[in-house]
Amino acid sequence: MDTARELDNRNRADDDAAKPLIDVEERSMQDTPYPEKTVGKPFVDAPKMKLRHVNVFYADNQAIHDVSLDIGKNEVISLIGPSGCGKSTFLRSLNRMNDTIDICRVKGELHLDDQDLYDPKLDVVELRARVGMVFQKPNPFPKSIYDNVAYGPRLHGLADKKYDLDEIVENSLRSAGLWNEVKDRLHSSGTGLSGGQQQRLCIARTIAVSPEVVLMDEPCSALDPIATAKIEELIDELSESYTIAIVTHSMQQAARVSHRTAYFHLGRLIEVNDTETVFTKPEHELTEAYITGRFG
Amino acid sequence: MSETTAKVRKSLARRYRQEKRFQAYGILSIGVGLLALLILFTDIIGKGHSAFFEHYIQLEISLDRDVLGVDDASDDEQLNYANFGGVIKEALRERFPGVDDRQQQRQLYALVSSGASYNLRDELKADPSLLGGTRNLWLLADDDVDLYLKTPEKKRPEARLGDQQKQWIEDLEAAGDTEKRFNASFFSHGDSREPELAGIGSAIVGSFFTMIVTLCLSFPIGVAAAIYLEEFAPRNKFTDFIEVNINNLAAVPSIIFGLLGLAIFINLFGLPRSVPLLGGLVLTLMTLPTIIITSRAAIKTVPPSVREGALALGASKMQVVLHHVLPLALPGMLTGSIIGMAQALGETAPLLLIGMVAFIVDIPGGPTDPATVLPVQIYLWADSPEQSFVAMTSAAIMVLLAFLITMNTLAVVLRKRLERRW
Ligand SMILES: Nc1ncnc2c1ncn2[C@@H]1O[C@H](COP(=O)(O)OP(=O)(O)OP(=O)(O)O)[C@@H](O)[C@H]1O
Ligand SMILES: [Mg+2]
Repeated sequence: MDTARELDNRNRADDDAAKPLIDVEERSMQDTPYPEKTVGKPFVDAPKMKLRHVNVFYADNQAIHDVSLDIGKNEVISLIGPSGCGKSTFLRSLNRMNDTIDICRVKGELHLDDQDLYDPKLDVVELRARVGMVFQKPNPFPKSIYDNVAYGPRLHGLADKKYDLDEIVENSLRSAGLWNEVKDRLHSSGTGLSGGQQQRLCIARTIAVSPEVVLMDEPCSALDPIATAKIEELIDELSESYTIAIVTHSMQQAARVSHRTAYFHLGRLIEVNDTETVFTKPEHELTEAYITGRFG
Repeated sequence: MSETTAKVRKSLARRYRQEKRFQAYGILSIGVGLLALLILFTDIIGKGHSAFFEHYIQLEISLDRDVLGVDDASDDEQLNYANFGGVIKEALRERFPGVDDRQQQRQLYALVSSGASYNLRDELKADPSLLGGTRNLWLLADDDVDLYLKTPEKKRPEARLGDQQKQWIEDLEAAGDTEKRFNASFFSHGDSREPELAGIGSAIVGSFFTMIVTLCLSFPIGVAAAIYLEEFAPRNKFTDFIEVNINNLAAVPSIIFGLLGLAIFINLFGLPRSVPLLGGLVLTLMTLPTIIITSRAAIKTVPPSVREGALALGASKMQVVLHHVLPLALPGMLTGSIIGMAQALGETAPLLLIGMVAFIVDIPGGPTDPATVLPVQIYLWADSPEQSFVAMTSAAIMVLLAFLITMNTLAVVLRKRLERRW
């Protein structure tokens, strides 16, 4: 299908632009062997999402190699790694957004609680209501602020009465820290907001359907430091009620918001540890090379 | 001044000259285009404006019961068979006494249009008390008389009328018994052999029905095809093949569609000829590629991020299309459709082949009544020998152009209006 192809062409164009030139250091690092198994603590007790032996292919090209990882309940896990290492690909397989790409195939066992994500009997609509996603570029619908937030609840019939819907919209906007800024212009266009406000609107839109897991793919990369700080604060608050997986290029951000950090390298999950450990005493050489800025 | 600077200066001068020349070419070509348009419009308006008026002659008419053969003016049956021609002839003989020669009489009678009888009947119907009395009434003049009165003084001697007739007309004019009125019948009448009675009414109505049929078929089909191809169709040889052929179809000469319509709709399905339904079907075939191509282009402009956002919230593919893609693409689709419709409105060739070139007097009452359309009417009149039809052809062209300009303006306005939500 045309659209999907176009979608990912554009995504890839973005990624290419972000890709730094390979430097000498990296070439020498390429000799460092991958660990047999992910080092650190990829597994937790009573995980929200249990992912085992995940392999993702774009046609014949394997983008994710045998990744196993748990995402704990109410934890914020950040996925870091050099550009093109498959963070987005991995994240998108968690709510089956990869389905929109014709050539993309996902293999492995992926569970949300006890639900097999790739069970053919599972309706992806239901899955996506449980696993929401916020994108790199703020993408509010060209509709009013109210309609943006109300879209998901309406879609899933979460509110019977106008009154209930109003409440959901208000609560979501409050949780996203946007209510005070927009309460007087709920019916003006969502595209008329600033970039940071738009991104918070997208977050409000995502949590309006009360998902259990929220996936964020570089949610702050298009924002200035102040808007970024607001979103980071927001992530912190949201972690009380949601499980969050966030892809980020900013190591400071990963350090600030996340409980655990997963380091990806060329499609492999190298190391998962408590955020503090990763940034102070990384176990694997590749992780260390990355966080000390030797490549990536 | 360093060497480089000098070189740059020199090349700059050349660059500016080039730019100037380029701009001049652009202005020149726009000028040529505008000039052509101006010439076209002046020519058409100059020729056609007179057709919007027609002349009436005032005569003192005695509505004699015996001559008319009517004894009850409220009886429609009687009025339909009444001898209005007789009373008009009598009135003319009275107005210009001493015309005894048969030949001359016939010339005299020719001053008044054959349609004047209908004038008279309508007057009498409206006011039955006129029967038996004598009244000054205005009657529609014959087209030659009309033309003569419209020609400026200087050129009149060249007119194609007998000297005697010219004298009579001058007399009437001098006595103030001629009047120029707005030609309302031009818009309400169907075609006629008599230019003063002919109008574009039936052609407009025919065009209207044809356009309705075309719109009702081509818009939904075109939009549905575009959405399917753009959003749902798998990418393979087969859809590529379809795509190439849609583009080819857009380039097929319109007369081919007429032949197709003739072969399929008339010969195979046995549809009646000359009806707007058939015309609409043929024009649908013709406009479909345009609508599909513009609609697909409109769908392509919908940002992928919006689709992703909706999908991630759990919208199904169909919902993404209905809630997001369609509303955003609609202005583009509408614009494309209106432009396609405007093309269809001006189309002649395929309609000639399916018999919409017939001589239609009655105003069609629906899409299955025989009808003609505006451009075909223009084609028919342009072919007519009567001189009065020259002006009427131009007048009909003006009306057609007015419709086309309105539609194109509508397309632009609509696009501006709806795009603001974007
Ligand atoms: N739609 C696609 N079709 C084919 N290959 C793709 C597609 N999307 C990603 N890939 C490939 O998969 C690999 C991983 O890409 P991905 O976008 O997941 O990287 P990323 O870690 O998110 O990078 P970045 O940090 O730059 O966003 C890359 O080699 C990329 O070229
Ligand atoms: Mg990415």
